[in-house]
Amino acid sequence: MSSTVTPPTPTGGQLAGASSRPPASAAAPAAGRVGGPRAALYRYGVGTLAIVVSVVVFLVPFGFILLTAAMDATQASEFRFAWPRHFQLWDNVVQVLQTRDYILVIAFINSVVLTLASVTALVVLGSMVAFVLQRRVSRWTGLINFLVLTGLIMPPAIVPTIWVLQRLGLFATMPGLILVEVAFGLSFTILLFRAFISTIPRELDEAAVLDGAGPLRLFFRVVLPLLRPVMVTVILVQSVAVFNDFQNPLYFLPGDAGATVQLTLFNFQSQNLSSYNLLFTDILLITVPMLVLYLFFNRQIVAGLTSGAVKG
Amino acid sequence: MATTLRPAAPAVPRRTRGRRGGRSPYPGWFYLPAAVVYGVLFLVPTVASFYFALTRWTIFTSEFIGVDNFVQFFQEPALTKGFVNTFVYAAITSGAKVVLGLALGMLLTSQILGRGYLRAVVFFPVLVSTVGVGITFQVLMNPSKGAINAALGVIGIHGPGWLVDPSLALLSVALVDVWKGVGLATLIYMAGIVSIPKEYYEAARVDGAGSWTLFRNVIFPLSWPATSTVVTLSLIGGLRSFDLIWSMTRGGPGFTSDVIASVIYKQYQAGFYGLSTAGNVILFVAVIAIVLPLTRFLARKEVEL
Repeated sequence: MSSTVTPPTPTGGQLAGASSRPPASAAAPAAGRVGGPRAALYRYGVGTLAIVVSVVVFLVPFGFILLTAAMDATQASEFRFAWPRHFQLWDNVVQVLQTRDYILVIAFINSVVLTLASVTALVVLGSMVAFVLQRRVSRWTGLINFLVLTGLIMPPAIVPTIWVLQRLGLFATMPGLILVEVAFGLSFTILLFRAFISTIPRELDEAAVLDGAGPLRLFFRVVLPLLRPVMVTVILVQSVAVFNDFQNPLYFLPGDAGATVQLTLFNFQSQNLSSYNLLFTDILLITVPMLVLYLFFNRQIVAGLTSGAVKG
Repeated sequence: MATTLRPAAPAVPRRTRGRRGGRSPYPGWFYLPAAVVYGVLFLVPTVASFYFALTRWTIFTSEFIGVDNFVQFFQEPALTKGFVNTFVYAAITSGAKVVLGLALGMLLTSQILGRGYLRAVVFFPVLVSTVGVGITFQVLMNPSKGAINAALGVIGIHGPGWLVDPSLALLSVALVDVWKGVGLATLIYMAGIVSIPKEYYEAARVDGAGSWTLFRNVIFPLSWPATSTVVTLSLIGGLRSFDLIWSMTRGGPGFTSDVIASVIYKQYQAGFYGLSTAGNVILFVAVIAIVLPLTRFLARKEVEL
């Protein structure tokens, strides 16, 4: 089997934090004893097998989305994994964008507004809490830590949230949904920021205070710029979460005017079961932003999502 | 600015701590904006839910009816089914994510061909829209025309009716949940395995340990924090899972793949706000009853290992 494969590619640490170990001990975890031919068999044999399986399990579904998005309506309704008879991806994109008076375009704008606003608010509010929570131990610290964990574990109470939003005149409005996303996302944001802030030396704060900086200047001019790495992580992880969120827009922002892309996709599925090519074009369109994000920022996304793994 | 806003902060702790003549560089009012949003939109509804769960509630009036909603929840088969399914779904998905995540994590930290590609492709579904994944697999799992059964047919297997078979629908959705979420579990395991000091492998090798011994005595115990994280995260996610189930089966056929979260939505749609909120309270209790003892157990185990 090893004859079919290309020369060894350098497999450095792709994962954030994965140091490239010396080759001698590198095969250790799964290969067991390191022997020359056995290691090669493992590397190429198991590697090839894994690649074949991954193509079937992970790439075929995405290929299916792409191919169906390029088909005409008749062929798409056959549900086959096949090459499009008429390749009309662009036509489908144009058609899906024009559906029901450009509702998808409006939905994209809504989703972008929602994501930008809630992630901005999360970053500012979450980092402020994390900063004071990490720096100053007071009798509130225990309570606040408890509330942060509660927010992480407890599922939100849905109808009572609608009731509160209605009392405030925010139900079925974009600001209401933004605030809901902020409330539900705060806990995770605070934990990420707090872990990072603990690595910033206090001496820095003291120096700034000696220079006459008030709390606001200290935080926004001195500390916040240092949080850039974790901020990128928070922005990416929360953007993905908010952009892909389905449940909260479904409950808290009903109606076509404010529909987000996830909702239009869902409604499209219920209403338009004859044109599967357009349905899959829609799926393709909302997947592309995530793919772009992943290609550019995979290190930061990975760092954010694994932050809990080592410390437990 | 700090001085004008000072009254908003709790004055007592600052005075008693008295750092730098009473002016802390870490003012309590930094908590305030977050506390308002979180308090009003998370804490107030959570506390209110314990009252509204005991009422017959339209959006304008609520009438106190005691525990009737809970009685109804556990008497109607449709609702009880959702209750049981929630635990089945959470157990299956988190179990599968632990096993597959650990296996993939070991595979993808070892020296194999195409490692970078494999890592990317296993992880990417995590970032994709749940509704999009749900619709795609709904089509792929179509019993007569879908690509999965077509492929099984080629090798001579008569594929099951994945989402239309009442006894299989929940499992099929769980399978897709694992497909979408295993990348995150893998990633967490990879971080855990990579952080195991090399010396342990070397020591084990000097002692002549085989692959199984190495796994049993080094990799598995030393990546326990990762196991702990994966179990906790997937249980929390699995118990409140809604998006995937709703976009694939809407709880059907009948109510065979309902979970508490979809029951909450159905009752809300039907206008039974009190019953819907009772479902929510049951979900709280379920999450706390499972997650709290479990995290304690996992943490204790971590110390022992």
